[in-house]
Amino acid sequence: MIAAEFNYEAPTTLDEAIALLQKYGDEAKILSGGHSLIPMMKLRFASPEHIIDINNIPGLSDITIEDQTLKIGALTREAQLEHSDVLKQHFPIFGDVTKLIADPQVRNMGTLGGNLAHGDAANDHPAVMMALNATVVATGPEGSREIPIDEFFYGFYTTALQPDDILTEIRIPLPGPGTGSAYHKLERKVGDYATAGVAVQLTLDSNGVVTYAGIGLTNVNPVPLRAARSEEALLGKTLSDEVIAEAAQYASEDCNPSSDLRGDEEYKRAMVGVLVKRMIHKAAERAMA
Amino acid sequence: MKQITVTVNGQPHTAEVEPRLLLVHYIRENLNLTGTHIGCDTSSCGACTILLDGKSVKSCTVLAVQANGKSVATVEGLCAPGAALHPIQEGFKENHGLHCGYCTPGMMMRAIELLEQNPNPTEEEIRWGISGNLCRCTGYNNIVKAIQYAGAKIRGEETPSTEPQFV
Repeated sequence: MIAAEFNYEAPTTLDEAIALLQKYGDEAKILSGGHSLIPMMKLRFASPEHIIDINNIPGLSDITIEDQTLKIGALTREAQLEHSDVLKQHFPIFGDVTKLIADPQVRNMGTLGGNLAHGDAANDHPAVMMALNATVVATGPEGSREIPIDEFFYGFYTTALQPDDILTEIRIPLPGPGTGSAYHKLERKVGDYATAGVAVQLTLDSNGVVTYAGIGLTNVNPVPLRAARSEEALLGKTLSDEVIAEAAQYASEDCNPSSDLRGDEEYKRAMVGVLVKRMIHKAAERAMA
Repeated sequence: MKQITVTVNGQPHTAEVEPRLLLVHYIRENLNLTGTHIGCDTSSCGACTILLDGKSVKSCTVLAVQANGKSVATVEGLCAPGAALHPIQEGFKENHGLHCGYCTPGMMMRAIELLEQNPNPTEEEIRWGISGNLCRCTGYNNIVKAIQYAGAKIRGEETPSTEPQFV
């Protein structure tokens, strides 16, 4: 399968890339890892007239900690996230999620920024970013601005990014002691989108009381979904079976999965409940470790 | 058209290509290196796996222009004609790691990066490591053995038995 014709640009600076985006407007698409965009172009679901390849712009794939904030460059590959010592130490959830994204070769190309900017509720990082309360940095002609993850996803393939914006960085607050995080998705086979996926981050104080709860859901809603009622059900409580069951129940009620080849709606709601329970347990175990 | 220069198996090649030309087509049709196969054409099967700057990637989902200035390694570069086989080739040969052979070049290129990152992988790590490569003959047991054999050979250890295992 061959994509429709397009013009290819490979800028080497952000300014140059933004100038090209201003010039071409919404006829242009940004190429990062390309493993969502190129398949869509080959299938002719997308036929952008201009491709702006940002892979030659240096400085967009660093993982650093600064001012109690984890900063991940948008071009950071999934494979880098998978093997990063910094992430292993502070955010075991990245180890959980990356090994479930596609396969090793795809993870050598696919990027965190691309996974988010694609705006697909079936992708795995959006739910993780919700659990971790991330902020997305968009850089455009007026400079950079921060977009809270809850204000980033608008609808199917649409985000808060403007046509002349480039997603350049993801910022995640470094959690305090007593924090654990976990992600799992139910998938039919390697490389499949989630039947349902759940990301959880919890902070517990010395008495076991939940002081932070972040829960994000994958592929069970038209846009990536924060399980807000589930989070509220945990806050200020100790994690009894009843409290966890209540949180799971809310998540399975509040999502809106569609019936498809991966399962019908009722099954997916049930799986959301099961996964919320399991990920709360796993995050809590890690928080207390 | 865009001019690209790609170093393939150590040899630099310069060409004018359409931006929409896929890397796998550039390798197979422009350079006539047909050892790299096209299977699914949708980045699922891994038959087109090559090394791009040492990283295994699916060349059906990379544009040739993205390889500009980079190095590509394909199965043809594993050993010169008549020279000793690369350990991964020897592993596949000794362990009957191929049936029809269609997935084999992709499996071997993937296994090379896997063994570079993890010279002594467990069976489970090998199976996860080749989870992006499909063998439609379902010959996975012998592929795993082939990779274990190559790992031992590269580490300079005694290679494991190549007797077939019936399970």
